[in-house]
Amino acid sequence: MSILRRLQQLPLIAALLLSGLAQADTFVFTAIPDEDESRLQQRFGKVADYLSEQLGVEVRYIPVKSYAAAITAFRNDQVQLAWFGGLSGVQARGLVPGSEALAQGFEDQSFKTYFIANTSAGVEPADTLTDALKGKTFTFGSKGSTSGRLMPEFYLREQFDAAPEKIFSRVGFSGDHSRTIAQVQSGAYQIGAVNYSVWDSELQQGKVDQSKVQVIWTTPTYPDYQWSIRGDVDARYGAGFKEKVRAALLEMNDPALLESFPRQSFVPASNDDYAPIEATAKAIGLLDE
Amino acid sequence: MSALANLLQGLGSGGPDHKYSGNKPPVNQRDGAAGSSARRLTSVCLLMVAAALLALFGADLQVYSVDPWQELSRIGLGLVQPSWDDLPSLLQALAHTIAFALLAVALAAPLGLLLAMVFHWLPVRLLCAAVRSVHELFWGLIFMQLYGLSATTGLLAILVPFTGMFAKVFAEIFEQQQPEPVQTLPPAAGALKRYIYTLIPQSWPALISYSRYRFECALRSSAILGFIGLPTLGFHLETAFKQGHYSEAGALLWVFLLLIASIRWWLRPQLLPLYLLAAIWLLPETIGFSDGGSLWRFISVDILPTALRQGDGGELLDWLQMMFSEQVWPGLVQTLLLTQIAVVLSGVVVLVCYPFASRALAGPVMRWPGRFLLLVLRSTPEMVMAYVLLLLCGPSGLPVVLALGLHNGGLIAFLVANASDAEHKSPLARPDDPKGIKRYAYVETPRRFPAMLAFLFYRWEVILRESAIMGILGVVTLGFYIDSAFEEIRYDRAFLLIAVTALLNILVDTLSRRLRRFAHADSRLAKQSRNTSINCH
Repeated sequence: MSILRRLQQLPLIAALLLSGLAQADTFVFTAIPDEDESRLQQRFGKVADYLSEQLGVEVRYIPVKSYAAAITAFRNDQVQLAWFGGLSGVQARGLVPGSEALAQGFEDQSFKTYFIANTSAGVEPADTLTDALKGKTFTFGSKGSTSGRLMPEFYLREQFDAAPEKIFSRVGFSGDHSRTIAQVQSGAYQIGAVNYSVWDSELQQGKVDQSKVQVIWTTPTYPDYQWSIRGDVDARYGAGFKEKVRAALLEMNDPALLESFPRQSFVPASNDDYAPIEATAKAIGLLDE
Repeated sequence: MSALANLLQGLGSGGPDHKYSGNKPPVNQRDGAAGSSARRLTSVCLLMVAAALLALFGADLQVYSVDPWQELSRIGLGLVQPSWDDLPSLLQALAHTIAFALLAVALAAPLGLLLAMVFHWLPVRLLCAAVRSVHELFWGLIFMQLYGLSATTGLLAILVPFTGMFAKVFAEIFEQQQPEPVQTLPPAAGALKRYIYTLIPQSWPALISYSRYRFECALRSSAILGFIGLPTLGFHLETAFKQGHYSEAGALLWVFLLLIASIRWWLRPQLLPLYLLAAIWLLPETIGFSDGGSLWRFISVDILPTALRQGDGGELLDWLQMMFSEQVWPGLVQTLLLTQIAVVLSGVVVLVCYPFASRALAGPVMRWPGRFLLLVLRSTPEMVMAYVLLLLCGPSGLPVVLALGLHNGGLIAFLVANASDAEHKSPLARPDDPKGIKRYAYVETPRRFPAMLAFLFYRWEVILRESAIMGILGVVTLGFYIDSAFEEIRYDRAFLLIAVTALLNILVDTLSRRLRRFAHADSRLAKQSRNTSINCH
């Protein structure tokens, strides 16, 4: 952290209306993992080091709190690469012409959502969403989540032909998949929709008490998390930069790096892979036509 | 009926002129005017309580049969056994928290002072009312669209609303100064000279003590900005709570508590220049973005509804109608109902808590546990309190009301206890003063009541702003819809909702001022407000 860089901030304090300082040569990315958001800086700092080594430019990671913040940063060119959810990726690429999906997690090719229920709610596992759900309390994950909001809302509307608020007596947003599990387990909500990989990993870690909460339905599969990159990176970091980034992501095979996401590996992806997500978002009114 | 008539009459007349009343001797409680002022106090109180009782029917206060004890014991354990494993990032977050607060106040106070000097000018008053009616977190969300997650966003989010508050309170302080010094100046001396040679020196102690108090508020705001992603204590606090890492949350809360409690030992005027330089040094490094046009894009495109940009009047009307019936109205009603209950609950908390922290009632030693409790209540940000309560009593307005009541009640109880302690060994104290519950019922509470009420009315607007913001936690107040709009990247909706929230705030602020003047609560407060101030957040 050089003194010079610190001094650069002085005019910022004085004028306060500068639109930030452009450090043109640093390549910046952000990522919100679907579970365990602690110590992001340390964990993703390692990913930044790896990318820096592969790409030959300085790479930095900035932590964000929400998909919306990640999208804003991507749109304003504060980050050039981002690990988005399915929906946030579609929203972000819609705002930044020329941007594209580079790679997705191996697991994200066929992602799914579990509907879970507190055992006291009296809803039994079934092949479809049943009328037993009506009038219960229900929580999504975060508002901008694909697996915690978009897909479950789509299948609820498809099954009951009504908005979630009309199906359930109360609809909440827990903000996070781990919280969804915790809140359904504690009975704060009777039913919840949760990312399957978070559920599986919490089950494995013994955090789920299956006498209190169980899976009652599984959605069909859909594509989810992906790396998206801005379209203007080749112009800024040199020709072929985008492909170098894609290669670096696909070749990332150190488990220590991959567990931060957590994914077993990354596979190629394209914008077209996410057309179903876009259509779904439009269908339930989360995206304007 | 007569109470209401009385009240309406008072509202119509705009209340008595309270100029300079701060330096008049305390209103004599035994003369005829005191009888009517007591009646007015009672009628205002009854009205507020009745409104809160009515609000109980409409507000969403459902209790869920949650099984919280496991979670609660883990939180308790975390507080008792804080984890200091990640000390470097904790210290960094602490440094950022202080740096934002310090710099924002250092810039907002002089700006507020300048605006206070021209506060008689209507556009200035309107501007100040507008900027302070929007919560810091909403300012943060707005500036984040323009400046990303940068130091600029953090500073502006505190600086902008605080400037409006400084201007208002400084102007009020000037108004309360004695007129004699000004009269000694030659009539030709301009307004600037009047301020520089008389009003500012006269009110200097009050200006400083208010700024000091605002700094404490700024620390809370700065910490809370972490909830939306700025690198302050709230960033780690939110993660720790969300992931159930309560030992880390415990460590963060303890650090914050110590920070607030120790302000008076480390915030020294002679050290300020050093602190400010350090604060600039400590600001998080800004990762810039090259797109300088984002401000213009935000104003000219993002916040305008598509229909308006396309000039389609019919569609715009549909949009407005949809927004009003689905978001604005339900959010507005819940916000108002929860606010009303929270204000009255705060009053109850004050009446229950302040005796335990007062020297005359709890004793010189036994008041310390009480004072500690009040410190915890007033230092813990409402948002954090509501977050914990949400885990415990399920997702309704109940945790919001409880958190707001406890926090604001704790804050006012602290001021009331201080006022009570200030009378220790004063001429008002008599050897045959009653003790214990009689002293509470017949001496302390009646003496503190008007000021307490005035504090509560001041906080009304603050509580409203806070209940709106609590929507971010998922309770369906206006903030819920604002958060959703930002989350869905629909800034046009966010802008409309924030504008409505701001208008509501200005309305409640006006109403509270009218009620305060009507109940003559202001005059008793004026003396106190020179030492302690009330208008936090």
